[in-house]
Amino acid sequence: MSVDKQHLLQFLLRQGDNTLVLGHRVSEWCGHSPILEEDIALANTALDLIGQTQMWLGYAAEVQGEGKSADDLAFLRDAWDFRNVLLTELPNGDFGRTLLRQFLFDAFQSVLMGRLMQSSDETVAAIAAKASKEVAYHVERSADTVVGLGDGTEESHRRMQEALEYLWPYVGEMFASDETDAAMAAAGIAPDPASLREEYDALISKVLTDATLDIPAATYAHKGGRTGYMHTEHLGHLLTSMQWLQRAYPGCEW
Amino acid sequence: MYAQLIKTARSGIKSREEMSEQEREFQDKIDNDIKIEPRDWMPDDYRRTLIRQMGQHAHSEVVGQLPEGNWITRAPTLERKAILLAKVQDEAGHGLYLYSAAETLGESRDELVRLLHEGRMKYSSIFNYPTLNWADIGAVGWLVDGAAIVNQVALQRTSYGPYSRAMIRICKEESFHARQGYHAIMNMAFGTPEQKRQAQSAVDRLWFPAIMMFGPTDADSTNSDQSMAWKIKVKSNDELRQQFVDQTVPQIEYLGLDLPDAGIKWNEERGHYDFSDPDWSEFFDVIKGNGPCNVDRLKDRVAAWDDGEWVRDGLMAHAQKKAAAKVAAE
Amino acid sequence: MKNEWPLWEIFIRGQHGMSHRHVGSLHAPDAEMAVKNARDVYTRRNEGVSIWVVEAKHISATAPGDKGPLFEPSESKIYRHPTFFDIPEEVGSM
Repeated sequence: MSVDKQHLLQFLLRQGDNTLVLGHRVSEWCGHSPILEEDIALANTALDLIGQTQMWLGYAAEVQGEGKSADDLAFLRDAWDFRNVLLTELPNGDFGRTLLRQFLFDAFQSVLMGRLMQSSDETVAAIAAKASKEVAYHVERSADTVVGLGDGTEESHRRMQEALEYLWPYVGEMFASDETDAAMAAAGIAPDPASLREEYDALISKVLTDATLDIPAATYAHKGGRTGYMHTEHLGHLLTSMQWLQRAYPGCEW
Repeated sequence: MYAQLIKTARSGIKSREEMSEQEREFQDKIDNDIKIEPRDWMPDDYRRTLIRQMGQHAHSEVVGQLPEGNWITRAPTLERKAILLAKVQDEAGHGLYLYSAAETLGESRDELVRLLHEGRMKYSSIFNYPTLNWADIGAVGWLVDGAAIVNQVALQRTSYGPYSRAMIRICKEESFHARQGYHAIMNMAFGTPEQKRQAQSAVDRLWFPAIMMFGPTDADSTNSDQSMAWKIKVKSNDELRQQFVDQTVPQIEYLGLDLPDAGIKWNEERGHYDFSDPDWSEFFDVIKGNGPCNVDRLKDRVAAWDDGEWVRDGLMAHAQKKAAAKVAAE
Repeated sequence: MKNEWPLWEIFIRGQHGMSHRHVGSLHAPDAEMAVKNARDVYTRRNEGVSIWVVEAKHISATAPGDKGPLFEPSESKIYRHPTFFDIPEEVGSM
């Protein structure tokens, strides 16, 4: 079944921008983590995310068909053209919040990549197959850290509970559906995100329970990232540093 | 090199007659290139000097993450970002290997970190210089890691087993560092005039700090003799510096950049390049804490450590709870 | 300081069929995290297919002073090595 190119492009940008923006955030920790072992581990996560970005945005550029590269898409679009969920662009906060955000995202990715491996689009399936191994490790590691800190000292517990309340309103956006998602589902390229929620909730509630954290009762979900309609103020600053060289010295070989 | 100005814990070398039986056996092993291992007998001064040197070396790797980390979020392409991140991550790994080597002598990593943060241990002077443009990242990989490699290749033969093994692993991993740096600065030097200008600026600013990495001249390096006798140090500062200059000058010329020192000239008679002395008063200023970035670098490391305390404690507390629960269940 | 994570010794099997080899050490709060940290620290270049971790304090070792009594006696048992025996070439490989 043929699929509208714009929808496919939109879908790929959502994947690539999620990993691009989160990879950028995680890389900010390099050299500043609580202990060398964690510094090294976080850099590995960031490296995986950058690698996934190259695949997603590379394919997006190909589908777009305007002769652009993954780098063009990463470094030369402005904030309103980014399609990442808001969760990924939030500032790192403390180490606990960074790892909790990582877990909330990893859990989503681990469910999603499993489905995308069955995609009717071979390239999507291949990217998902590679990413799924990385994601499986990420979610294991971030879950362990969330449990360790949630069920650690009084202070670490308090900080993790605060982080969860801060991040929770950004979880819902990952499961929002629109006509792009409908088109992807109809073409068998990707599942409707809403259909992943149950599995996701089961996964995170187990981990958060082990972490002795209370899932907030509030169900309100911020949105606007994956449609590009309204990002947070933070994304513009992130892009300001990320894109600076490409903007200041256009057309160079680096 | 990452270990400059290590004061050997004793002054002067003992003659064979002054040595005890044990000391003589120890020196014989070293002279015969037999590695000293953690549980072997060793003179206290050897142990103390090594801890200081490996500790300073480890601190340099970790503080060395900062000037390059300064550009991770601004790397111009996805590939450059990944390469730089992998490289800075390696430095953390190297710090870890070196702390581990120091730990074999009974000095904990936390203790060494505390001494660094209290200003009682040092790290290489080079990391107190700023990285100001993207070409600096190329120059750091090429010149700074290049200088480090010259030293570290020699140190693979150092007498202390764990230190030597850490060096072997580090050298193996570092082989890509200098190359990625040179590759990055090549693109700049051969790029647009604005890129070339950045490359020239990087070489001009980092040249003298890089050759200072080898420490003071041999004439001023009074602590070297004992360290050389113990093979904690394998080549002299000036020897290593000359080796670095000889290998680097043609690389600068290949880039089509101006040499950063008017005194650089091939000396047919010596078979080496002549070059000007760096401003040693600047070197000693930086060592004393007055470099352009000393205050910020240390502040960043202390902040990372202090802000991370609750994380380390939290994870440890959880591990202890888990262990206790397991015992209770048995 | 009081709360330093324990030190673990890391052993990695580099390839299928090889034995685990000591590659270095690291700190971790417990064995599970030590395995994960070892994966992140010591297999960044695709160096391993299996990891063992042992808390450093649990390793027992020979004392350097015992080197003579422990290892020298075997030096004289040269008959344990195949080259000790002269076998005529006509017999074929053995």
